[in-house]
Amino acid sequence: MAAFLQLDKVSKSFGSVTVADALSFEVAKGEALGIIGPNGAGKTSMFNLITGTLSPNSGAIHFDGSNITAHSAAKRCRAGMARSFQVPQPFSGMTVFENAMIAATQAGGMQGSEAENYCLDVLQQTELLDRANVLAGGLTLLGRKRLELTRALCAKPKLLMLDEIAGGLTEAECTSLVQTIKDIHARGVTIIWIEHVVHALLAVVDKLMVIDFGRKIAEGHPRTIMESPEVQEIYLGIEADA
Amino acid sequence: MSTPNLNVTRTSGVTKIAALLGLVVLIILVAAPYWAGRADMRLMGEIFLYLALASLWNLMAGYAGLVSVGQQAYVGFGGYMLFALTMFGGLHPIAAIVVTGALGAIIAVPVALLIFRLRGAYFAIGTWVIAEVFRLSFAQASALGGGSGSSLPVGIVRSLASSRSGREHLSYWLALASAVIVIAAVYFFLRSRNGLALTAIRDNELAAGSLGIDIWRTKFIVYIVTAALTAMIGALIFLQKLRISPDAAFSVNDWTAFVIFIVVIGGIGTIEGPIIGTLIFFLLRETLADLGTIYLMVLGVVAIVIMLKAPSGIWGLLRSRFDLELFPLSYRVKQNKKG
Repeated sequence: MAAFLQLDKVSKSFGSVTVADALSFEVAKGEALGIIGPNGAGKTSMFNLITGTLSPNSGAIHFDGSNITAHSAAKRCRAGMARSFQVPQPFSGMTVFENAMIAATQAGGMQGSEAENYCLDVLQQTELLDRANVLAGGLTLLGRKRLELTRALCAKPKLLMLDEIAGGLTEAECTSLVQTIKDIHARGVTIIWIEHVVHALLAVVDKLMVIDFGRKIAEGHPRTIMESPEVQEIYLGIEADA
Repeated sequence: MSTPNLNVTRTSGVTKIAALLGLVVLIILVAAPYWAGRADMRLMGEIFLYLALASLWNLMAGYAGLVSVGQQAYVGFGGYMLFALTMFGGLHPIAAIVVTGALGAIIAVPVALLIFRLRGAYFAIGTWVIAEVFRLSFAQASALGGGSGSSLPVGIVRSLASSRSGREHLSYWLALASAVIVIAAVYFFLRSRNGLALTAIRDNELAAGSLGIDIWRTKFIVYIVTAALTAMIGALIFLQKLRISPDAAFSVNDWTAFVIFIVVIGGIGTIEGPIIGTLIFFLLRETLADLGTIYLMVLGVVAIVIMLKAPSGIWGLLRSRFDLELFPLSYRVKQNKKG
């Protein structure tokens, strides 16, 4: 089966800083891929390249059977990609419910009461329903992170991209978040998830990839990857030295 | 599945009362020729035209983020098109206003393609430069009086209505209609799916793009529609003035600076803001205009104080204090009492 998302030697640099160095990988339909790597490894830049917020210097990106390298972020979204931002990007002057409605009507292609009911369901799932009428700018950090997930879900994505959605959550919040993401995955949605909270990641993903200096260091079964000496040295070595 | 006892509404008690009061005020205003004097009607006509200009500028700058200081290009263009179409095209003035709208949209397309390449402050300056180009071009048109301008021939003025009071009533109603049509158009646009997209762009372009909103296209449509309607308002303004010259038609002070003042003090990015701003602007003007230049200084002080103390304008202040909304645009999730 052809890959659902495929990156082929994608490179991007800002002057002397390389954020993606001939990065190639594939994600199959329905798969959940976890991404780990030290701070500044190029994880979020990779998301920006996939979603079209950044355009690569070279290489190609294929999604759902077409070459999307030159497509705008909006066009990629309408093709079925939705993301959460690591630094939350709410529509601050609009309520939580309206934020969800934008995703449902613009990206999700729904209308009227169908969109409204879908948003209410997602808000219940992400535990933001009691904040539905609050202006998004007035939410706490946790609320904003949940809003990021809500919006991404309301877009009815085929590929859901999560950028450090579990960071800063309590243990209980994290557990319920993991369950939410598992449920979404069980519905057949393909997921790429960047996360520092590794145990949350391992509870969901089928495959793990390690990135450093914009390069793929390792890729494979999550347990095998976490135990490989290479990953221990590069990713966890920071802690071992300390 | 899980949310049977909730429903989503857009109207509230306040919006229903506001709609009712709005309707009553509108009926009283439509009947103005039967209760108001000649000077009052003239003033109200001017208020309506400014209200329309301010609502349009607010849609463009407050929602689409297109801070233009060159809308006088379209006001002047509209005025000149009215003169040209009636004098040389033989059109009835009202038909000419409609055609002016179409021409305004057409001329705005190449302008938009050019200035949309500019960002932020460069965009603002670009629009001003374009407006100056318009002014200098029309000053070259000798058939329209060149730099000294021209007056609308008596025959064309009489074609509106034979009596003087008939003409005054008609131009009052046209001004009122233009304000009502512009506000209604802005309201229905913002309530639509595209309006939701525009409001999202107002708040966060990065997130809007990532949620499938075509930012360039949305802004382009807003710019073209605004230009067309502004040109029509321009035609109406100069149908009342009966005389046009490049300096009056393309005045940055009259058609842009005052309009920005109105929108900023009223509350940018809200429908209610320009309405309140227009009322305050005319209140200040009518009470202080006799003071000469001091009047302009007072306007400046008012603008500075409001920008410092209430950056979202008077309506923004009221809205955040009392959670008010007169036009039912937002969504409210409510517990369903029956459920």
